[in-house]
Amino acid sequence: MFNSMLKTFDFNSWNTRGLMVTGAIMLALLFLGPTIFDLFTLLKVILFIAMAMLALSLAFIWGFGGILCFGQSAFFGLGGYVYAIGVINMGESTVPILLAIFIPAAFAMLLGYFMFYGRLNDVYLAVVTLAVTLILYAFIRSTSGEEWVIGKARLMGFNGISSIPDPNWPGFPDSLLWPDDKFYVAMALLILVYFGLRFLLRTHFGRVIVAIKENETRAELLGYDVRFYKMITFTIGGGIAGLAGFLLVTFNNFVNPDKFALALAAQIIMWVLIGGVGTLIGPMLGSLALLMLYNWLGTQNFAGWLNTYLVFGGIILLFVLAVPQGLQPTAQMLALRFLPWTRPTDEGGDSARNGAREGRAGD
Amino acid sequence: MPEMALGRGARVTDAARPILETRGLTMRFGGVVAVDNVDFSMAEGELRCLIGPNGAGKTTFFRCLTHQYKPTSGHVIYRGDDITGSHTHQIARRGIGIKTQVPSVFDGLDVRENIWLSARRYHSNRESNRVVDEILERIGLTGVANRLVGQLAHGERQGVELAIVLTGDPELILLDEPTAGMTHEEVHRTTEMIREINRTASLIVVEHDMQFIKAIANRVTVFNQGAILVEDTMDNVLKNQDVRDVYLGKREVA
Repeated sequence: MFNSMLKTFDFNSWNTRGLMVTGAIMLALLFLGPTIFDLFTLLKVILFIAMAMLALSLAFIWGFGGILCFGQSAFFGLGGYVYAIGVINMGESTVPILLAIFIPAAFAMLLGYFMFYGRLNDVYLAVVTLAVTLILYAFIRSTSGEEWVIGKARLMGFNGISSIPDPNWPGFPDSLLWPDDKFYVAMALLILVYFGLRFLLRTHFGRVIVAIKENETRAELLGYDVRFYKMITFTIGGGIAGLAGFLLVTFNNFVNPDKFALALAAQIIMWVLIGGVGTLIGPMLGSLALLMLYNWLGTQNFAGWLNTYLVFGGIILLFVLAVPQGLQPTAQMLALRFLPWTRPTDEGGDSARNGAREGRAGD
Repeated sequence: MPEMALGRGARVTDAARPILETRGLTMRFGGVVAVDNVDFSMAEGELRCLIGPNGAGKTTFFRCLTHQYKPTSGHVIYRGDDITGSHTHQIARRGIGIKTQVPSVFDGLDVRENIWLSARRYHSNRESNRVVDEILERIGLTGVANRLVGQLAHGERQGVELAIVLTGDPELILLDEPTAGMTHEEVHRTTEMIREINRTASLIVVEHDMQFIKAIANRVTVFNQGAILVEDTMDNVLKNQDVRDVYLGKREVA
């Protein structure tokens, strides 16, 4: 019964159904989004999608790669700035978008090379990544002077870069994306990245990184170069976070150093923790829940006596103590227990490599 | 038994040089010398037992061989090549497999996935599934193939680790206390299995069970305080007064 709970990764027959349901909901949202949301809400949803993408990047490297990166915001902010500087200079968005993925990915690879080949342990890794994002934060904040110009783009320090041009359709520099289009693109990218990661986790590479998380020594004794696998995992995470940074810029054509700040760095950790380490959907929903809560607290009038971060701190404590596995695993466990129809039957042939396997209720 | 000894002997003479050697291998942890200037050598196809009291440095010796520890000084030579500076995964790829004292397996994954990860390193995807089925059958794990390894009994987890190691077809296998925590029948089966494995691979086995050692090995190396105390046949080792003093004197010798 609790079999699937003990699994630290979640591709199994039960989850194949979950995957189909998730896909259906995401596709429905993709096609119906502009119909059901008004313009203001739609733009807000783009923000949520960008943050969900960011959550996904850490959910992957932490939950499946076992790499606790405390500075995922570094790649996020970098993605935003790279896109902004690129599109301002080039007047066209196709290449800047690609750069917003590849430059943070390359940066992650370089950082990962030193951390993993230098055999940095988990705690130091968290500290180093946090330090990196805080250094970037301090650096970008100090670029308000007129000498800080890259091509046509002024960095503007703590004020941030505003009026960043909208992205255009690839190959058509003059046809810019309307808010509806931005939503379609953002949602489609989220779906693509989510299913891309699910696919990756089924490949040899994906199964090795989960194995490394399970038992690094054994993976090495089997002949897998753990350092290399971790570096690549970290690089993929950096690229996805960079893409999220680009999506954020499309939300309000603005980027500032706060994208590198401690507040955001810590929030990403919370999204994953609350959603469930070792899941992908959970952290996306975690980011949505906490952002909505954050917005709601902001609109209430007790801001004077009830600090938002105090509330967040309370939530984190509550989750760590009461729901340590996070939302998604707990929901799965409750579903298996109380909703008999969610229990998979022994149908077999679920995947090529084996039939109905783990996650069988009553095992 | 005699034909086994013959078979082994035949291959020993075939081998021009030892499969594994260490020269002056030393591992210090601060002031403690866990492995002290060990010169060890074994021939191709040999089955060697390592014995010695707890803390004699047997497990540390294994970890130095696989570079889980970086030796303080000295050399490890495998088939004539110095592998002292090689990484753990490179040593594994050269064909040295290790079964650790506490089973080192992927507890959160099922038995099939555990073995698949080992098989897939050497085989194509399709081939791997076949290899996994084969080894499951051989070790007798088919019944628990879809169970999480973390939920299995200790003896079964030992079996899973052995399966993982054998899947990689290593030429030299290090076994750290393979019978620990096993029932009488399981020990018997393991004895048979180790003899079978020895037909295709060289083995170093760390053990405490004297019956077991008598059944499998003809040459025994005794470790004490990080150094090699004696190296001889089992019968001579049992007669040796030094060995009795440091080790066997504390136990009932069957």
